[in-house]
Order: sequence, then structure tokens, then C-alpha cells
Amino acid sequence: MKDFILPPKDWDMGTPLPGSDTPVTLKIDGFDITVPSGTSVMRAAMEAGIRIPKLCATDSVQAFGSCRLCLVEIEGRRGTPASCTTPVAQGMEVRTQSDKLHKLRRGVMELYISDHPLDCLTCSANGDCELQDMAGMVGLRDMRYTPGDNHYAPTMAGGLTQSDLRARTPDAATNARYIPKDDSNPYFTYDPAKCIVCSRCVRACEEVQGTFALTIESRGFDSRVSFGAKSDDALHSDCVSCGACVQACPTATLQEKSVAEMGTPDRAVLTTCAYCGVGCSFKAELNGDKLVRMTPYRHGKANRGHSCVKGRFAYGYAEHPDRILNPMIRDTIDDPWREVSWDEAMDFTAKRLTRIRDEYGRKSMGVITSSRCTNEETYLVQKLTRAVFGNNNTDTCARVCHSPTGYGLGQTFGTSAGTQDFDSVEETDIAIVIGANPTDGHPVFASRLRKRLRQGAKLIVIDPRRIDLLSTPHMGEKWHLPLRPGTNVAVVSALAHVIVTEGLADEAFIRTRCDWDEYQSYADFIRDERHSPEATELLTGVPSATLRDAARAFARGGNGAIYYGLGVTEHSQGSTTVMGIANLAMLTGNIGRRGVGVNPLRGQNNVQGSCDMGSFPHELPGYRHVKNPEVRAIFEAAWGVEIDPEPGLRIPNMLDAAVEGTFKALYCQGEDILQSDPDTKHVAAGLAAMDCVIVHDLFLNETANYAHVFLPGSTFLEKDGTFTNAERRINRVREVMKPKNGYADWEVTQRLANALGAGWHYTHPAQIMEEIAATTPGFANVTYDLLEERGSVQWPCNDAAPEGTPLMHVDGFVRGKGRFIVTEYLATDERTGPRFPLLLTTGRILSQYNVGAQTRRTANNVWHAQDELEIHPHDAENRGIREGDWIRLASRSGETTLRATITDRVSPGVVYTTFHHPDTQANVVTTDFSDWATNCPEYKVTAVQVAPSNGPSDWQEDYAAQAAQSRRIIPAAE
Amino acid sequence: MSPEKMVTMANQIATFFASQPGDDQALRTAAHINDFWDPRMRRHLLDHLAAGGEGLKPLVREAQPHIAAPAATA
Ligand code: SF4
Ligand code: SF4
Ligand code: SF4
Ligand code: FES
Repeated sequence: MKDFILPPKDWDMGTPLPGSDTPVTLKIDGFDITVPSGTSVMRAAMEAGIRIPKLCATDSVQAFGSCRLCLVEIEGRRGTPASCTTPVAQGMEVRTQSDKLHKLRRGVMELYISDHPLDCLTCSANGDCELQDMAGMVGLRDMRYTPGDNHYAPTMAGGLTQSDLRARTPDAATNARYIPKDDSNPYFTYDPAKCIVCSRCVRACEEVQGTFALTIESRGFDSRVSFGAKSDDALHSDCVSCGACVQACPTATLQEKSVAEMGTPDRAVLTTCAYCGVGCSFKAELNGDKLVRMTPYRHGKANRGHSCVKGRFAYGYAEHPDRILNPMIRDTIDDPWREVSWDEAMDFTAKRLTRIRDEYGRKSMGVITSSRCTNEETYLVQKLTRAVFGNNNTDTCARVCHSPTGYGLGQTFGTSAGTQDFDSVEETDIAIVIGANPTDGHPVFASRLRKRLRQGAKLIVIDPRRIDLLSTPHMGEKWHLPLRPGTNVAVVSALAHVIVTEGLADEAFIRTRCDWDEYQSYADFIRDERHSPEATELLTGVPSATLRDAARAFARGGNGAIYYGLGVTEHSQGSTTVMGIANLAMLTGNIGRRGVGVNPLRGQNNVQGSCDMGSFPHELPGYRHVKNPEVRAIFEAAWGVEIDPEPGLRIPNMLDAAVEGTFKALYCQGEDILQSDPDTKHVAAGLAAMDCVIVHDLFLNETANYAHVFLPGSTFLEKDGTFTNAERRINRVREVMKPKNGYADWEVTQRLANALGAGWHYTHPAQIMEEIAATTPGFANVTYDLLEERGSVQWPCNDAAPEGTPLMHVDGFVRGKGRFIVTEYLATDERTGPRFPLLLTTGRILSQYNVGAQTRRTANNVWHAQDELEIHPHDAENRGIREGDWIRLASRSGETTLRATITDRVSPGVVYTTFHHPDTQANVVTTDFSDWATNCPEYKVTAVQVAPSNGPSDWQEDYAAQAAQSRRIIPAAE
Repeated sequence: MSPEKMVTMANQIATFFASQPGDDQALRTAAHINDFWDPRMRRHLLDHLAAGGEGLKPLVREAQPHIAAPAATA
């Protein structure tokens, strides 16, 4: 497959694109160019293909006008204005080159270089340095200054290169202005000796990332970039390692360590991050097939040139020695693994599966598709069970995260996906964030939201914890509704109650867009006093006055958008809360235009896609129930088989059926259900009861401890395909290097199907996409050619919407009229009591991802080496727990131990932890309660007790022993 | 699946539909179960109902005639 050719203008345009669309025409070096008003002269020149030299300007941040290298002459104006800070005007005539400009620029450059070492040849940014480029562009040929006061020389001996100084006069007196390199961050270095103090990094940290970790200290010749307080190095500062400053830095001052080590990359392939549901576009930059770095792609429509620490830096797991590259089999899970050839592995597996089918029937087998794999791969896995196994036993990790979104939004609006694109947030006036922690879970979206908050948009957070978004620097008005875990429906209903009873509902919208009768009965229901904030305060813990204020602000506040995460779905009333959220959006008329909408923040990179591709046991691709004969007919024609009209088993049902003895074989691609699913002991019992567990993954994950066949997987860097992000955006994943394990995942699934006699012969994922488009109306016009041409496209993409659909439900809901659904609050059965008086809720943090299989195998561990339990000082004191103590965390399901950290981010009575590390096993503690409609587990509420402890629990020790035993490998004889 | 777990799941569904307006709650409860429960789970539920339906809410019992009986060989 050929590399994707970057558009010739993958240029830094110098200044951002302005918001306006009033055209302005001007002449630059005699050429006419028309640009939107508000564009800088610099950007206009770039649009015309004329580069103006620049140092302090870059198009990710506002112009600053400090370096004076970008001077131009403008007819009729005096002097030489900076082109980056001068806006275009109608009829303006600009000259970018003249003798005078040439001299001025050279002078500027000479001054800069006088305080910069001349070690270009050995500098890590050689070939990738704007200072170097600009010195060339302005024709700097000489340095007339004699070395004097400077920041670059380690010693005072005087000289222009650091290497020279080190070699010739190692003992000379040290230079007090010289600050050595800070390499505390595992991924990039800060080398103050090479800094030109252009402040691009400081502005990027503020404007792009929104963290404000960097400042410029002092003034004039003394000014330096600093990571906050004097004692802070990069690692211990507020820096979240997003890389925006590294991206913005024109010199080697802030630079990826990988480039220093491997050299500058010479080719780039566009692809999509495989971590979270934001789906950032990246350039994978390589030398040969060695990946040198991943840089965010400026034209990526989800991320607009930004990234977070995971996508930008945490890709090293692909090369980790733990990665398994050969297939392995074993007769029982007590045996060590035996490395075998692909043929032998397939033969072994096919025989076992056939035996199980003969003995226990075709419904005794199933699959789990992966939200980390591509759409094409997921499609094939569900096709395997439907067309080859002959049942609908397919499920995916979305079961444990966003299945209620599918059900809830399907019932109310008629589609199972978010309504907006991420750009929409730029027009949001007030945002509700409920049960999500975007700065950690969806960092690039959080940065985009923070940008809007700094412009004055208001924020309502509904979450048991005081999440970081609430401390966004320079934000506007905000409300935090710190509810007790498990009371989402009560809070959402109370908001609706205030809106309806205070006459704030948008009746015009409701009359035209929604089913009016259903609204009437909903309004009667919600008006009832039992939904008022005062009546629910005791239950939810949310002060009624705050809740009323927040409801009024949302109803009156202009464009209102709702963003939500797993804190909504992972409850016994998850689906009901999703419906309640849809009700709120319809009540306030916040659907169908930019700046509004209902937006589930999807957990994993392709969880949207895996749902779209028919991973659920009751739905064929495109969310169509298997009971419908006309839908089955489409696939029966395409696949030449008969499709079972009965819904299949969901993950928890598979495990139940396994314990019961009617479910015997599972093909699990790219998921680690033993670690990620609730009630670990039950999962382990289910897996142990099966006769053929096939794990297809990069690493021997926890589930593999119970597997009989291990098929090595490929990383996102090693295959072609597509991911669909939380905005329904279908993005290309491209093969950056050949699979180390020999085969892309879709090829492995195909081999397995063919070993069972399927006779598939796909030779490229593009053909799988053709099949998807031919069978699934929302994908009808999606082709690899279209994606090549447009970069990405949001479904539905068909004849009605040939360019895709950024905004849903614009003129009407997909299902016709929007439906208001009555949402009665019901307490979860999981209650606190004397034995388990605290409520445990779970989440994730920025540097780690899900079960951590990937991020734990990168340097990201410096930020999060273990899971910790957050506990309120009051609860800690009662129990005699101090910061960092080992504690025992117990529920009615089980117990585990971990370390405590004391913080008032959580309310009294609530404790919180992450589940990134297998030895913590937080899911030993979570219970088997689940959402009423979808069986999505109730991760977010478990009644627990916490007590001091002195080390790992028996379960942890047994588990570790079993895992070690189970991971033994006998290599294939050479 | 343990009988308690099945009873809890069926009751959760019934509780939601019981809260909905209209007079077709039993039908909707059954429809939900038909749409989402694999035949062996429905078999268990119907067997449990036939054996007296201990622990099940009245709406689940009312839904009984509408729950699709799985084919014997499934
Ligand atoms: S570190 Fe880089 S971006 Fe920041 S001021 Fe120095 S040269 Fe400019
Ligand atoms: S990496 Fe990101 S957070 Fe850290 S200093 Fe740079 S821009 Fe700021
Ligand atoms: S993890 Fe998410 S936010 Fe971070 S780079 Fe990847 S897609 Fe973007
Ligand atoms: S680029 Fe315009 S002043 Fe620096």
C-alpha cells in the first residue's frame, strides 16, 4: 500500500484561521489573493504560496509579534509592520521582499544567533529546526558579534559551540546563565541553552492545551521559560505531557527524546490514535520501518492539531519484549503454553471447535469483538459467529460501557450515537458534563472545551468527584452538583422538574419536533413534587439551590450541550439516565444545530465502530434487530448462509451459560474481560468452565490465563482499516509497518473462519468496507477512495448525505418525532449498610488506558505506577488511615488491597479508584448488578468497607500464583 | 445463570415498564425480554414461571403469555 501523500501545504500558516467569512482581497508581491477578513498578512501570503520568515508565530496560537523577523512593507503605510500581527485590508498592497527587509531580517537573525550555540550538525533538531531554516532563508552568512554574555555556553571560556567549549576548555569557570538540560520527562527534553524565548511553548500550553504549566520568568535578556516554581522540573510540574509545546517549539529546546536518539524522520504516514474515543489524527513519522515519533496532524478534524500523552508518546508497547509473536496452544489451562506454527494452531482450534459444536450444539460458541480493533476486523468477527458458528453470540466491551447509550438514544432519538462533531463545542454557551472526566479520559476534547470555557462558556458538572475541568484557569461561571453515586436519574429528573415547573421549556421546539402527547404525559410526571430538587436533596446530596440555579442557567443559557461518560451508563439505571439526558436536550430545544446536542464521550478508540458493526447479540450491522426477516435477508444474500433469528448471549450471559455448562467456546479478540469486567471471580469461573478459549491479543493478558489458544495480534501501526470515533467520524488507520506477528488481525480471523470451511478470501480491508457499505445503509457511500479524498467522514454517509453528517437530527429526528420517556428514579439494590458503609466508584486517569495492557508497557508508568484509593480525610481519619497506607477494600463480592491517598476531591462517604493494574483487581470488588435494559454492569456504585491492612489479600496472592503458572511458555523447537 | 440473578434482571425490566404510562406494560416487558434474551435464558424464565415464579414481580407474570417460547432444539 502506498503512503498517503501529505497535502503539499502541510505548512505552518503562521497564524490561526479567523472565524469570519467576509472575503477581503489584497495584493501580495503583485499577486491577488482573497482571504476571510481578520486573516493576518502572514497567513494571506502563505495562502498565496509565499512564505514569510517567522519565528514567534505558529498557526496553533494567536500571534504575539515579538521576533520581528516577519516584517513586510505595505504600500501607503510607514515603517515595516510585523505581518503576523497585521490584519489584511481590502486593496492592501504588500511586499514581502526588499533590500531593506532583507537587511532588517538579517540583523534580527544575527542577534538571535549571537545567543545560540552553533552546534547545528550535532544538534538533535538538525534538519527539523525553524531557527536553522530561517537563518538560511534570510541569508545569514556571518556572525559579527564576539562571544559575550550568553545562555548557551556551559563555561565562560568564550566560543560559539558547546562541543568546542567542552573539548578545549573543560575547566573554565562555569557560566551562571547556563542551565543544563531537564530530561525528567520520559518523552521530551527541555534544553534551555537553545531557547530563543519566542514563547510559542507558553502560548501553546495556555491556548491549545489549557494547562498553564509554563511561564516566562524575568524580563529582557534574563527571561527564561519555566515549568512553574523554581524547584519544579518538567516531570513534577503541572505539565501533563501533551506535547503541544514540543510541537510549537521552533528549536531543539523542547524536543522528543526519540528524535535525539534515532535521528530526524524522513517519511510520514497519516493514521489515527488507537487509545480513546476522540480519535485524533496523527502523522506517524519514520525512518524506514522504525517509528521515530507520532505528531498530531494539523488537519485532523477531531483534534485540529492537538494530542495527549497517550497518542503522542505512549506507542512503545508495540515493541515491548512482552509482546507475543507466535501462536500458542495447550490442552488444558494447567499446561504450559506450546509455541506452534500458524497452521498447527488453526488446525488445533478448528478441531476443538468442531468437536464442541457436534457435542453441545451451534449455540455453545461465541465471540467477543474488540473496540481496539478496526471496523473491518470487528465486522469479520461478528460475521464469524453469525455466518460460520451459526448463532448470534457476539458481544463487545461496549457492553460494559456504552450499551445504555445505544438503547437510550435509540429509544428517544432513533440513533445510537452522539449528535454533534467536536467542532460544535466552539459554539456552546453552556455545557453539562455528567459522569465524565474529560481531562483524563478524553484529553483533547477537554482542551477544546476548556478553550471555550476561557471564552466565557458556562459549565455544569454532575459528578461525585470534583473533576479537574472545574479548576480550568480563567473559566467563567460554573456549578458542581456532587451527587451520591447511583442517583443520576434523580438529579437529571430534578433538573427537568425545575425547567418544566418554572416554564423554561422550549415549547415551540417540542411542538414541532417531538411527540406532543408523550410530552404532555412526561410533563405531568415530572411536575410531581417528588422530583423537585428539595425533595431529592436528601437522597442525592446535591444542594437544591445549586441545582435550581444550574437548571435555570442551562435552560436560559443559549446553546446548551450535554457531554456524558461512563458515570452515566455504568449503573443499574444507566439506560434510564441516557433517556433523561435526551429529555433534557429536547426540553430545552438543544438538538439539531451547532453548539448543542447529546454527546456520549466514548471510552475506547473504536467503541462506536464496534457497535456500528453489529457486535451486539441482537443487532446486525447498522443497529438492525436480528428478528427482522428483511434485514436478515440482506446478510443471508451477501453471506450465503441462514442467519439465526434469535438474539444471542451478552458477555455476562455467556459467562452464566458457561458456568451452567451450555456455553463452551469463546473467541475473544483484543479484550481482557477477566480484568475489565465486573465480579472477577465469576468471570474466572465462567472462563474456567469452557473447553476452548481463544485469546487473540498482543500480550498474554489476564484472560489468557484461562485460554487454550493464543493467537498473536497486530498493533494499529501494523494494519489498514478504519476507526469510528465518538463523533461518528470514520478515520483511516494505515499500515505504518509490517505486522511483527506476521498477520493483521483481520487476516487471523479470516484464517480461523477458513479453517472451519468458510472460504473467505479478502485480500485487503477495503474489500471488507465494500461489503459493509453494500449491507449497511448508513455506510452506503463509504469507500477507501472517499476517505483518501476527504480525510474522514461522519456517518450516515449515503445518497442522502454524500459527504457525511456532522450534525444529526437537524430537521427532524431520525425516528421522526422525538420521544419523551418517563424516567422514574429507583434506588440501586446496591446499598450501603453497617458492613459496607462507603460507596466505591471507579474511573481512569490520563496517563493510563483501560486495563493498562498498552500504557503499562510504556514510560507512562512514571505518572501512575499503581492504582490508589481516593478517600476523604474524614473517612480516613475515622479508620486510622494515613496517606500512602496499605488498605483493604472489601465488598460483598470480594476484597483486595491497594494504597490510599487522602483527598477532598471525593465527598465523605465516597471512595474512588482506577482499574489500570491487574494486581489491584478492583473488579474483584465490583458486583454483578447491571443496567436493567442492557446488562451494562454497575461499576460506578459498590458498597464497600475500607480498613488498614498490611499487604496483598489471599486472593491477590492466589491470583498471582495462578497467573505465573499459567504464563509458562515452551518455545517451538528450532 | 443463578435463579436469583435471573429474577433480579426480569424484575428490573418490569420495574421500568411499570413506570411507563399506557396500558401495555406487560406487552412491552415481554417484548424487551424477547428482543434481548437468548432462548436459553427465556427457557429458564418460563420454567421458573411455570414452577410458581418465586420472587418475580406481578408484571413479569402478566408478561408470561407474551414471552416467546424458544424452539425445543435451540
Ligand atoms: S522553549 Fe522553544 S518555544 Fe519555548 S520559548 Fe524557547 S524556543 Fe520558543
Ligand atoms: S507538554 Fe503540554 S502540558 Fe506540558 S508544558 Fe507542554 S504544552 Fe504544557
Ligand atoms: S488518547 Fe484520545 S485524546 Fe489522546 S491522542 Fe489518542 S485519541 Fe487523542
Ligand atoms: S513571526 Fe511575526 S513577529 Fe515573530
